[in-house]
Amino acid sequence: MTFPWLTFLGLVPLVGAGVLCLPIKQIARGVGMVFALLTAVIGIGVTVLYLGGAPLAERAPWIPAFGAWWAVGLDGMALVMVLLTVALVPVVLLAEWKVQGVGRWSSQVFFALVLALESLSLFVFMAEDVLLFYLFFEATLIPMYFLIGGFGGPRRAYAAVKFLLFSLAGGLIMMASVIGLYVWSVRLTGTPTYLLSELAELDLGTNIGRWLMVGFLLAFIVKAPMVPVHTWLPTATEQSTPGTSVLLVGILDKIGTFGMIRFCLGLFPEASQWVAPVMVVLALVSIIYGAVAAIGSTNLLRLVAYTSISHFGFMVLGIYTFTSAGISGSIFYMLNHGFSTAALFLVIGFLITRRGSALVTAYGGVQKVAPVLTGFFLMAGLSGLALPGMSSFVSEFMVLAGTWSRQPGVAAVATLGTVLAAVYILLMFQRTMTGPVTEATATHFTTDATAREKWVAAPLIAVILLLGFLPNLALGVIEPTAQQTMTQVGVADPVAPLGEEAK
Amino acid sequence: MNTLTPPTFEWLQLAPVLVVLLAACAGILIEALVPRGWRFLAQIVLFEVAVAAAFVLLVLSWRLPADSVGLMAMGSISLDGPTYLMWGSLLVFGLLSLLVFSERDLNNGATAFAASAASVPGSPAEAEAIAAHHEHSEVFPLAMFSLAGMMVFVAANDLLTAFVALEVMSLPLYLLSGMARKRRLLSQEAALKYFLLGALSSAFFLFGVALVYGFSGSFQLSAINDAILDPVYGSGLLYTGMALMAIGLLFKIGAVPFHNWVPDVYVGAPTPVTGFMAICTKLAAVGATVRVFYVAFGAERWSWQPLLATVAVITMALGVVVALTQTDIKRLLAYSSISHAGFILVAIVGATVATSGQVNSFGSILFYLIAYGFATVAAFAIITMVRDPAGEVHAISGWAGLGRKNPLLAGIFAVLMLSFAGIPLTGGFIGKWAVFSAAWRGGYSWLVLAAVAFSLVAAYVYLRVIVLMFFAEPAVGVSIGRASGMTWVPIGLGALASAYLGLFPGPLLDLVTSASTFLR
Repeated sequence: MTFPWLTFLGLVPLVGAGVLCLPIKQIARGVGMVFALLTAVIGIGVTVLYLGGAPLAERAPWIPAFGAWWAVGLDGMALVMVLLTVALVPVVLLAEWKVQGVGRWSSQVFFALVLALESLSLFVFMAEDVLLFYLFFEATLIPMYFLIGGFGGPRRAYAAVKFLLFSLAGGLIMMASVIGLYVWSVRLTGTPTYLLSELAELDLGTNIGRWLMVGFLLAFIVKAPMVPVHTWLPTATEQSTPGTSVLLVGILDKIGTFGMIRFCLGLFPEASQWVAPVMVVLALVSIIYGAVAAIGSTNLLRLVAYTSISHFGFMVLGIYTFTSAGISGSIFYMLNHGFSTAALFLVIGFLITRRGSALVTAYGGVQKVAPVLTGFFLMAGLSGLALPGMSSFVSEFMVLAGTWSRQPGVAAVATLGTVLAAVYILLMFQRTMTGPVTEATATHFTTDATAREKWVAAPLIAVILLLGFLPNLALGVIEPTAQQTMTQVGVADPVAPLGEEAK
Repeated sequence: MNTLTPPTFEWLQLAPVLVVLLAACAGILIEALVPRGWRFLAQIVLFEVAVAAAFVLLVLSWRLPADSVGLMAMGSISLDGPTYLMWGSLLVFGLLSLLVFSERDLNNGATAFAASAASVPGSPAEAEAIAAHHEHSEVFPLAMFSLAGMMVFVAANDLLTAFVALEVMSLPLYLLSGMARKRRLLSQEAALKYFLLGALSSAFFLFGVALVYGFSGSFQLSAINDAILDPVYGSGLLYTGMALMAIGLLFKIGAVPFHNWVPDVYVGAPTPVTGFMAICTKLAAVGATVRVFYVAFGAERWSWQPLLATVAVITMALGVVVALTQTDIKRLLAYSSISHAGFILVAIVGATVATSGQVNSFGSILFYLIAYGFATVAAFAIITMVRDPAGEVHAISGWAGLGRKNPLLAGIFAVLMLSFAGIPLTGGFIGKWAVFSAAWRGGYSWLVLAAVAFSLVAAYVYLRVIVLMFFAEPAVGVSIGRASGMTWVPIGLGALASAYLGLFPGPLLDLVTSASTFLR
């Protein structure tokens, strides 16, 4: 038996969270950071092992009566998400170094919750057993619930409950489908199994497959989030700290799109094709609605939440047009969106700590008093609108190209989303950063970016630029997964030169 | 001329019940013979030793190479896998909840029971008894009698034994409910309500037994099954009898529309007694229901399944919806217990038979009950600890900000609430999963969907408490009492078991599914 690297990777932050429960107030943040960095190093180590072709998958019986296994493993998409998670957590911890909740909610608790969340998210991405995935999928809600409810704005308790109820509703519908899978695996093979690889072989039949798929899909739609079940996201981001929002939008919401590819497409190929037209329409609605709502937002945090809804529309569009360019683009988008939203949220967080308000109208002329912060803000914003040179451009282009090769009309509508993206980002920038220095700005912005803030923003922007110029670093890992998904669904790329160019 | 055959009695196999019964009788003797100052200690030692000994004997007799399974005591006790499992769970939960009975640190050196239950509340006699530090150590033998009744109830192989056991289990509970030290009028009212309604439901049960006897000519469960397969009389007697028996059993389970006693009795009874009733009574009632319906009426399942499914739906619906509006923590847990009865009924309706290595109805029900039991025992023990000068604080608003006063206790309570809600990584989730899959495999997928919907509402109920404990400003004047190990052991065990069963349910699931075949 080789060393269980993946379990080790997932458990390290959990141990860190456990250590933070000890009374070590003085050094708590340092200890938390050490564990986060250690996890990141192990994550990189696992990546090296994966690229070297080492067998990483682990499998041990867990609940024999349910046919559930402790099965963890990696494919291209999972690896990318794992890397995103281990990279974002130290950045978030650094950005929230001075976080302070109400009463007993100290920074120590915040760090412990973030580490617990990191551990659970890593297991979500690595799980190769449906019940195991479901378990961690639901378990991530608990630390996130306390992160929103313990730290943040005045209506944080309401936001936390709203978040939890939406997610639980989706999760419970999915639970019905998960139980259904058990029942049908027993009926069809005689022995229960939850292993993804074995479930994918089942022939569920059209009707059952569609019903079960809908259960999974609904949970992922709430998670992703797509219009019309998106309303919890702006509330949550508005009330929670920017660091929490990064974890929520950057990592947890990705479970939605991740799940669509891995479970909906992987387990129910026929049903996924059947539902594709609906999903494409929903994606388009999300793209446009998110963008328009972002333009209309007066609160910076809500604005970013709406841009994310628009971006999730792109990801879903890429998935449900069934082209290898679209699916690769979608997975790459998940990675890029994680970094670019993180940059945007965290830089806005720096602005808010100075100004004490998240309202667009509270700012004006910041660029004259805080040029470095403004620079970070601009870079993060440009990444959000997918400017060429930024990594998000590559993924957005791939999604659109993939869509175009199947449904040019849809691609045309989606392109409108990119135009609107330019509007909401540039309008926001113009309203807050340019123009004459307002009185409030002058009094509140006494310092430009501190060293800690530079250390938060610079790596994120560096990654965005690096992947923008060398997208093949990530695409090389992602594309085999996309190809495999295409094979599972049983579709081939339409013969169109554009799909080739996109690579 | 016939010779008389002497009745046989399997002493060793039935030893666990006998030990509990003997301990109850010995407890009465202690009351009569031991000086007042020593009674309390003697009772505690007695029940702890007796329950532990019963458990050891249970394991020993189960491990017997031969004769560990079969009809015992002239066919009136059916000793099979489910019986062993039920007895084991009853003993464990009985011991844990009896520990809470014996807590004296919380109440200035007195138990949660009245100093003199017979005296009029507020009378000089009561004041005298309090001043003299009198206490009712009879509660321990009473609870032991009740426990013995429960053990016979789940194992009864004929309906007469079942009825006697039902009464042995219920009568001490009526008495115990009326013995609260604080809020005595409420407690006495609850006891009277419980007694009247309970007696009525017993009457229904007995009437049902009589009619079923009329149909089948026997009290034996297997004989009733044979009569259903090969009927002599019309089925009118059977259906009426079955319905009346169902009323008696569903009353004890606390299913709608026979649930009315639950909230009042849970609130009025002393909290340790509520904890005992909440889990042990439910275990016994569910165990007996499953046995009666699967063994005796198994052949008629098509006629009772739709009816029980309806009861399950309205029980879940009423339980969770009414729990939403509660402002009293004990009432909230009472309605929560009603909703859990509904979730359990979902699996009973499924009636999935045992297949090796897979989840079946009985296994899932028992797992659910065990997960629910650990959470319940600990939750009610915690309720005894949240106090203000007037006693326990039952208003939920008084629980506000508990997370700041005592993060450990509030954290444990949150874990228990999550287990009630069926959130993953707790035993409650695996339990829910198991009962839902059993129902689905029994062909009741619509019932599973309904149950899933009610689970969401239920989650909100428990969430409200967590929100209040952690995110609200602390309530003034409420503090956490200093409790001894008698309270902390059930709390700690309950919390640990809730987490353990969520992470590693495999061994227990294997155990409950492997020994889930009823003897016929």
